[in-house]
Amino acid sequence: MVSSNIDKLGALIVAMVAYAASSPFATLRSNRIVQGEGFGIPSALPAWMAGLLLTVIALASLVALLRREAIPRLVSAAAVMVALFAFIGEAAAFLTPADNTYARVAPATGFWLLLFTFALLAADGISRMRPGPVMRLLYLVTAMAIIAAILLSGLWADLSVMKEYAVRADVFWSEASRHLVLALGSLAAAVAVGVPLGIVCERVPATRAAVLNTLNIVQTIPSIALFGILIAPLGWVAAHVPGAYALGIRGIGATPAFVALFLYSLLPMVANTVAGLAGVPRESREAARGIGMTSAQRLLRVEFPLALPVILTGIRIVLVQNIGLATIAALIGGGGFGTFVFQGLGQTATDLVLLGALPTVGLAFVSAVVLDALIDMNSISPARKDA
Amino acid sequence: MIEIDGITKIYDGKSVVDDVTLTIEPHTVAVIVGTSGSGKTTLLRMVNRLVEPDAGMIRLDGEDNRTIPGYELRRRIGYAIQGHGLFPHRTVAENIATVPRLIGWDKEKTAAKVRELLTLFQLDADLFGPRYPHELSGGEQQRVGVARALAAEPNVLLMDEPFGALDPIIRAKAQDDLLAIQKHFGTTIILVTHDMNEAFHLADKIAVMDAGRLLQFGPPDELVRQPATGFVEAMVGASERPFRLLSMRRVSDLAEPGSADGSPIAATVTQQDALAELMWTGRSAAPVVSSDGEARGRVTLEALLQRARGPK
Ligand SMILES: Nc1ncnc2c1ncn2[C@@H]1O[C@H](COP(=O)(O)OP(=O)(O)OP(=O)(O)O)[C@@H](O)[C@H]1O
Ligand SMILES: [Mg+2]
Repeated sequence: MVSSNIDKLGALIVAMVAYAASSPFATLRSNRIVQGEGFGIPSALPAWMAGLLLTVIALASLVALLRREAIPRLVSAAAVMVALFAFIGEAAAFLTPADNTYARVAPATGFWLLLFTFALLAADGISRMRPGPVMRLLYLVTAMAIIAAILLSGLWADLSVMKEYAVRADVFWSEASRHLVLALGSLAAAVAVGVPLGIVCERVPATRAAVLNTLNIVQTIPSIALFGILIAPLGWVAAHVPGAYALGIRGIGATPAFVALFLYSLLPMVANTVAGLAGVPRESREAARGIGMTSAQRLLRVEFPLALPVILTGIRIVLVQNIGLATIAALIGGGGFGTFVFQGLGQTATDLVLLGALPTVGLAFVSAVVLDALIDMNSISPARKDA
Repeated sequence: MIEIDGITKIYDGKSVVDDVTLTIEPHTVAVIVGTSGSGKTTLLRMVNRLVEPDAGMIRLDGEDNRTIPGYELRRRIGYAIQGHGLFPHRTVAENIATVPRLIGWDKEKTAAKVRELLTLFQLDADLFGPRYPHELSGGEQQRVGVARALAAEPNVLLMDEPFGALDPIIRAKAQDDLLAIQKHFGTTIILVTHDMNEAFHLADKIAVMDAGRLLQFGPPDELVRQPATGFVEAMVGASERPFRLLSMRRVSDLAEPGSADGSPIAATVTQQDALAELMWTGRSAAPVVSSDGEARGRVTLEALLQRARGPK
């Protein structure tokens, strides 16, 4: 009876937990760049904490294996994740030798695997509940609040990433805002140019092939090559166009990064605008004309609102893509979280790489969830009723 | 009054509407019938200039329809398109309010109009107003489509197969609603249909089209008694002729003094229904009563058969 009820995902989760539990939970290194020594859960934490963590993990695995209802799955996955977040901080405090400011404790394979495994279970639970867009945003806000609370509580202060942060707090926030400006600014520029361009392409079929083919070619240029291509013309502009230099335009640095991100964003924006407008039902267009709307009214009141979900999908693609790509900007002195990634790679300091990579991944994830919710709110389908 | 004067439309060197001339009197219903591809929709769309003619002229109350911009013309003319064409992102109430908003009616007047129209079409305004089109049945969608076309109280209403998707019972209901509304507002209607029963039920005059040409334009019983061509005769349906004649008139027209046995027939039913009733009950006459129950004499089988007889 019970064996026939075993869930496939549950079985996978148990297998991953078994592997993860026998892998190191945290590593201790005597300084930030040497190889470290791994500690499993029992040795990384005081005995009662290790016992508690292992119990929570075991119970949640059982739930995953035997229960298919969404709520027990989500609750147990959330419990494990909160426990992991709390105890990794405790492990750092526990493993760091007293008065040693060079020693570094970092999450190890076991921690990451467990986190990934139970994130999978939580995602499964949430998708089984089919939450509406507002509900999904609430989950997101809750998760962000928990992480913010842990960060503010100082629970993670002994973790290596936070130590990297502590010595770079000022730079971190200026790079963060640079990263956002690059990703969001180039997105805004791409929307401002791409949507009208898409409308022109849709209305004047002759322009469509030319524009889309050109943007397709741009899309295939590797980012480093594109930076290279941009250095000369932007350098020329900075030197010869009056006022350009004062505006901060340079051949290297943030300007070419911004321009490159903008160019990469154009194709998804234009293509999705064209596809969205092409998907407007013929009858709706006919009716709009037959009822006496002018060309501009048809566009603004009928065609554009009906195309909006597809256009928003384009914005989602571009935003997530730009948040990731903006890390490359650091290669040409453009700043952003990439600065930490490339510095870390240069120094073989994994913690520093993480200081750049983790916020990038987090930002991309948050944007994806927020935009998916926006898209859902703007599409008209029978699905809206059970939201 | 709508005067269509020598109107021609050419697509790819072929006249899909070929020198059509007809005049539709104010406050009447003209129905256009014809085979698929005969140019009915194209003719209709030239009235509100969704299609520009290659030759000829259309006058509305004596005025050339090209004297004002197309979009302004279309705001004055109601148009219910083939398939309802409701805007999927707008509620039923917003859909109906589209033209009143375009021409700048204030909120209260618009809301009152939406309510009035929904009620006229037997849709509960509180229930249906806030719904989206995909939450309606096909028949409800079509009725909302017609309501939207009527919202700004146009003098002229163009309808392209407005009741195509309806089952026979709802269709009959919608047709009666339309006639009631037409009487109420005095609207001049041009309606395209494939359904000859619908044409005979609704029309003051029927236009028969074939391959872009207008074959005959006249009152329904003229089409039955004096078809201009074999094609018109075939459209009317040779075996349907007596019944078509009976279906156009009410029993009250044939009521005569006298008495008869059995259950009475309402004066408002069609003569066709009265004949069916007499045949079914095996009577040669039946008493006629008005809608308030007053005796109106009787109707006889003989009178009905006389009425259904064709020309000698
Ligand atoms: N925009 C157009 N371009 C080219 N040909 C057209 C166009 N619109 C209509 N036609 C042609 O004109 C002819 C008449 O079309 P129309 O839509 O008026 O027919 P209809 O009588 O309404 O037919 P149905 O009963 O099937 O709706 C058809 O042969 C059609 O293919
Ligand atoms: Mg047609």
